Amino acid sequence: MSPEVLSTPVVDTAKTPDRSQSRARAARKRRIVVTVARVLLLVAVLGLWEVLSRTKAIDPFNFSMPSKIWDQIWTWLTHGTAIGSLGEQIWYTLYEALLGWVFGVIAGVVAGIVLGRIVFLADVLGPYIKVLNSIPRIVLAPIFVIWFGLGPASKVASAVVLVFFPVFFNAFQGAREVDRNLVANARILGASDRRVTLQVVIPSATSWIFTSLHVSFGFALIGAIVGEYIGATKGVGLLIAQSQGTFNTAGVYAAMVILAVVALAAEGLLTFAERRIFRWKPASSGS
Amino acid sequence: MSADTSPAIQLRGASKIFKTPSGGLHTAVRELDLTVGRGEFVAVVGPTGCGKSTTLTLVSGLEEPTEGDVLVAGEPVNGVGDKVGFVFQQDATFPWRTVLSNVMAGPRFRGVPKAEAKEKAREWLARVGLSAFEDRYPHQLSGGQRKRVALAATFVNDPEILLMDEPFSALDVQTRALMSDELLELWAGTGASVVFVTHDLEESIALADKVVVMTAGPATVKQVFDIDLPRPRKVESVRLEPRFIEIYREIWESLGEEVRITRERGAANVA
Repeated sequence: MSPEVLSTPVVDTAKTPDRSQSRARAARKRRIVVTVARVLLLVAVLGLWEVLSRTKAIDPFNFSMPSKIWDQIWTWLTHGTAIGSLGEQIWYTLYEALLGWVFGVIAGVVAGIVLGRIVFLADVLGPYIKVLNSIPRIVLAPIFVIWFGLGPASKVASAVVLVFFPVFFNAFQGAREVDRNLVANARILGASDRRVTLQVVIPSATSWIFTSLHVSFGFALIGAIVGEYIGATKGVGLLIAQSQGTFNTAGVYAAMVILAVVALAAEGLLTFAERRIFRWKPASSGS
Repeated sequence: MSADTSPAIQLRGASKIFKTPSGGLHTAVRELDLTVGRGEFVAVVGPTGCGKSTTLTLVSGLEEPTEGDVLVAGEPVNGVGDKVGFVFQQDATFPWRTVLSNVMAGPRFRGVPKAEAKEKAREWLARVGLSAFEDRYPHQLSGGQRKRVALAATFVNDPEILLMDEPFSALDVQTRALMSDELLELWAGTGASVVFVTHDLEESIALADKVVVMTAGPATVKQVFDIDLPRPRKVESVRLEPRFIEIYREIWESLGEEVRITRERGAANVA
């Protein structure tokens, strides 16, 4: 009897590492399966597109095909575009988007925090902000080209108006929804109004603001591209406009691929910055 | 001169009426008279939601009374003063600051130079036993440890008046008894006057010199009981003494009635 009773737990402890190992193996296997499935899906979609286009099931002139798009990117990379090197075009667009993004974010955060803290101002300006926000701001791009000319300034302006509102609303909401306990605590500990704003309201609004930063960088790119598309001397948007003008469908798609890569890289940088700033936050289950 | 002889806190006919979101009026506190002597530990007990916490916000200066006077050290309260410390029911540590920086916040807000603030903060962190945790962020601590940070952050300002709003109600029973003992130890050296709001009668008797029983809301003082248990006390052992049980029974007779009224009102509202 007693040897049996003793042996049972021994077997159990011997099993534990086994079980955790098999669990780790299963997790690894699942990751591999997911990656393989992803690659297969991409290959299938691109392959289908290529085949349909080559067999003329879809019009290759209108829809182009992956191999032609790749050729176009390669040509741009090695021989440059009609308006200069590809790097220069990307740099131009990125420069306009970044500048617009920075100005838009600064204006949005400052306005959001100020209106979030000063109820009187929020009450007075509230309806006007709603009206401005309801204008589809993309229609301002042609006006900016008229005002600021074909140079970067008009693209920066359209990026700014696109970026400002989402950042503003998030900063405003963040400033409004600060934990009342934290504000009360700071005041009891001796903080002046200015200190409450700087050391309680702004830090607690940062997570709200960061959410909008992700979305708004995409908006900044849209602003710059649309601005360039309407009228510019350089940039990826102009590349799209010219490809379209010469019925070069592959060129339009190629520019889209380049933009996607740029946007993803920017997103990665932003996530990296966010991780460093939010060390004080409990790690989310997703990361 | 009057500032030296006057009681630490005096509420005279203080009332607080809030506007409810639906446009009605809600009386939280009604004609409240209460005096807290210097260095006295006063516990305020009453049924839940009767307006005990509102009394504290009036004393702290976070809210103004609708009617009546609130005096701290003989001076009428005008905004948040520098004599008061407040420990909140919910977590009020700043999540983006480390433990050390949280405790430094008070002195820094009050213009103490950084080095000096750091030194004071370290001293109080040692007293609450968190020296090894000074670089942690609040989310890395347990609930009890976060409460210790809050206590250190409050005591580091040397408050003459310490207001506590059910500070330990979110903690488990064992941690709670431990924290109560620690609070008594920390307080013993300071000579601060304490107003400790709770709905736990045992806790209030174990801690206080004086227990104030509030009526069902709107809150006003129903009865005041002196607690003549000797100090220093240990919370876990003092509640087993016959005198403690005697006092408990006496106060519960008064408090139980108010609790019953509140409960019946709640039932009527549901019906």
